[in-house]
Amino acid sequence: MDTPPKAIAGVSTFVDDRLGAGSFLKRNLRKMFPDHWSFLLGEIALYSFVILLLTGTFLTFWFRPTMGEVMYNGAYEPLKGVMMSEAYASALNISFDVRGGLLIRQIHHWAALLFIAGMVVHMLRVFFTGAYRKPRELNWLIGILLLSLALFEGLTGYSLPDDLLSGAGLRITQGVILSIPLIGTYIQFFLFGGEYPGEDIISRFFTLHILLIPGILLALITAHMILMWVQKHTQMPGKGRTERNVVGAPFYPAFMAKAGAYFLFTFGVLALLGTFAQINPIWLFGPYTPADISAGSQPDWYMGFLEGSLRLMPAWEINLFGTSGGTIPLSVLIPALLPLGLIMTGLALYPFLEQWVTGDRREHHIVDRPRNNPHRTSIGISAMTFYGVLWLLGANDEISANFHIGLYETTIFGRVAVFLGPAIAYFVTYRICLGLQRKDAEIVSHGVESGVIKRMPNGEYIEVHTPPADDILAHMRGKKEIPVIESAADREGIPPKGARSLIGRLRAKMSKAYGTDRVPLEEGHGEEHVAVGAGEHKEGH
Amino acid sequence: MIGTGRSVKPITARRRHPLARFAVVALALGLLGGGYALAAPNGSTADAAVASGKADDVAKGKDLFVAHCASCHGLNAEGTKSGPTLVGVGAAAVDFQVSSGRMPAADPGAQAPRKPLDEWATPEAIDQLAAYVQSLGGGPTRPTAEQVDPAKGDPAKGGELFRANCIQCHNFVGAGGALTYGKYAPPLHESSPTQIYEAMATGPQAMPVFNDSVITPEQKRDMIAYITSVRGQVDPGGAGLGRIGPVTEGLVGWVVGISLLVLAAIWITAKKRQAH
Repeated sequence: MDTPPKAIAGVSTFVDDRLGAGSFLKRNLRKMFPDHWSFLLGEIALYSFVILLLTGTFLTFWFRPTMGEVMYNGAYEPLKGVMMSEAYASALNISFDVRGGLLIRQIHHWAALLFIAGMVVHMLRVFFTGAYRKPRELNWLIGILLLSLALFEGLTGYSLPDDLLSGAGLRITQGVILSIPLIGTYIQFFLFGGEYPGEDIISRFFTLHILLIPGILLALITAHMILMWVQKHTQMPGKGRTERNVVGAPFYPAFMAKAGAYFLFTFGVLALLGTFAQINPIWLFGPYTPADISAGSQPDWYMGFLEGSLRLMPAWEINLFGTSGGTIPLSVLIPALLPLGLIMTGLALYPFLEQWVTGDRREHHIVDRPRNNPHRTSIGISAMTFYGVLWLLGANDEISANFHIGLYETTIFGRVAVFLGPAIAYFVTYRICLGLQRKDAEIVSHGVESGVIKRMPNGEYIEVHTPPADDILAHMRGKKEIPVIESAADREGIPPKGARSLIGRLRAKMSKAYGTDRVPLEEGHGEEHVAVGAGEHKEGH
Repeated sequence: MIGTGRSVKPITARRRHPLARFAVVALALGLLGGGYALAAPNGSTADAAVASGKADDVAKGKDLFVAHCASCHGLNAEGTKSGPTLVGVGAAAVDFQVSSGRMPAADPGAQAPRKPLDEWATPEAIDQLAAYVQSLGGGPTRPTAEQVDPAKGDPAKGGELFRANCIQCHNFVGAGGALTYGKYAPPLHESSPTQIYEAMATGPQAMPVFNDSVITPEQKRDMIAYITSVRGQVDPGGAGLGRIGPVTEGLVGWVVGISLLVLAAIWITAKKRQAH
């Protein structure tokens, strides 16, 4: 950068002298960002969040978060004269009487769906590439926290319009709270300000939805970004990429342009959906009254797995002391808390469990290709299958009604698949990973099939292989061994200290299974062929 | 014929007249018939005419019944193992089932689906069939055109009744829903106002009966007004996505939203500076 133009020199010097912004910018504008499409997925969530803040602010200008009864007298004919809460009436007002209100409401709702979907795909990318490993465990935990909060943000959000569908969700929330032993009733009365539904819940959810949760989300997102910035972004294995450098484009101008463009893409897709695809048509649901319920009442997609687990659960109940006070409704408690707990706790603990099993204390800035850590990938797909079965079964009535499958058959299928599915997924994924590794090993050692068949002077046919391109080869060679903890017995037959106890032996066993490389790349062989070179290489089969 | 309006003596004198026995039989029949006409279930005028007046319709209806219905419902509609008795179901049930194509059933499943009508099932034939079944033992009759005119109903009131009574099975816009053991609440998209009325009056298949003491005819008309006005509505927010709620919304969010953004990410990052 040359000396600044005179016109801005005075101002920039003034700012620089007081804030030291010049050196800060100089250092950070040139920060390198690696280039891979999957690294942009988290930005879907980030930009959706920005759009949620903007559209949400617009909605608060007209939304009235109170449950006082009013008679609707707006533009929507089929509800004229119907008694409803002010919250619902004002949400209808936004949809039909505020200019652009329906569009903004729909963009807000679509942005909420993509906000959480963006978080999930981003999280899956981080998980399957092992990008959560040291030193990024804390940022991973912040991410889990963000995801959990986003679920609550969504729940409070879709409850606000006080329509019949949102009321169904609210009723389930209340049921889950009630199912908590001992304190459930008290929490319910505290949250709803008395008997369900009371007259407070909408205004309380409103405060949580527009102030508290977004505030925490914003703070955590900022922390997430700062940590990412300070720790630098991980990169895919490849040519010239090491644990000590970052190969990519500088933040300014290249990455900034891409990120800016991606914001516009996100905004564009959300505007497209908001314009052409109707979402949450509250006028069709009608006002909420606890007496009514619609067939096909579903939550938004991110709550679908909880809905599914509730639908799968058999009606189990324990009655302690033979009194109603001693009832523990397992049919609500287990599906509400167990899958959510399993998934969230499992996600939060995974980096630390993996470290414990592998004994890997190294820093990792180059990520794994999913195939190169087959057990991790299998565990991930297994968990996705578990989640997916629950998610699918959350829509079992729609599946039953639209595909003419018996409702009970879907439930029975789900009860089996929720256990069997993850096991099958684990096995299949593991084999696919090994298969892909073998393919890599073959390419590294034998090269790529050129599609040319050659006939030798002696009549033999051979297929001509060519060495892979440099960058592809480097990408494949980026496979890093997974450490295995020392557990072999010494000369006297005594195992090392950590591996003597029951847990120690289990750990050693798991470590061996997790870390052992079953398909090592044949480096020497590969080198030799490259040496033969000359554009093509003969390999008889 | 001998009149009966005379003083007692001449009647006594003529009671041994050769024609007297016929006179007594005629009188008895006349009293019986008249008494029945007064005491019989009093349907709407149109159906009463169908039931009692047009003997032709009943006879033709019986022929149609024997040809298309009797294999399951029995030759005299007394019912068999494969079909219930139709004595007392009324003209409304016949009209609902046959005009929607549900009957004659194609196969004995959990529930007979709506299907295109057979060629014979013209409105006239359905009238005749309805007249026959009505003549067997009464039952709910068909509504008049005025009773099902959506323009005369109040959709807002109908909406409240619809939400309180119908949507737990039929969904909030009547898109249909699943029931147990292979049964289902069908979508109401194709149901005519008359069929909606008749379904409420007769409770076909898995549906309960909402008779006039539960939901009055005026309320039924309000509900018809709501159902038809909502289903005819152009979705103000874009494509309705089947109007079945968040399931299709989530599907679109992932399949369209996330896919487009992934493609955008791939496209953006594919443009690389060839620096290294």
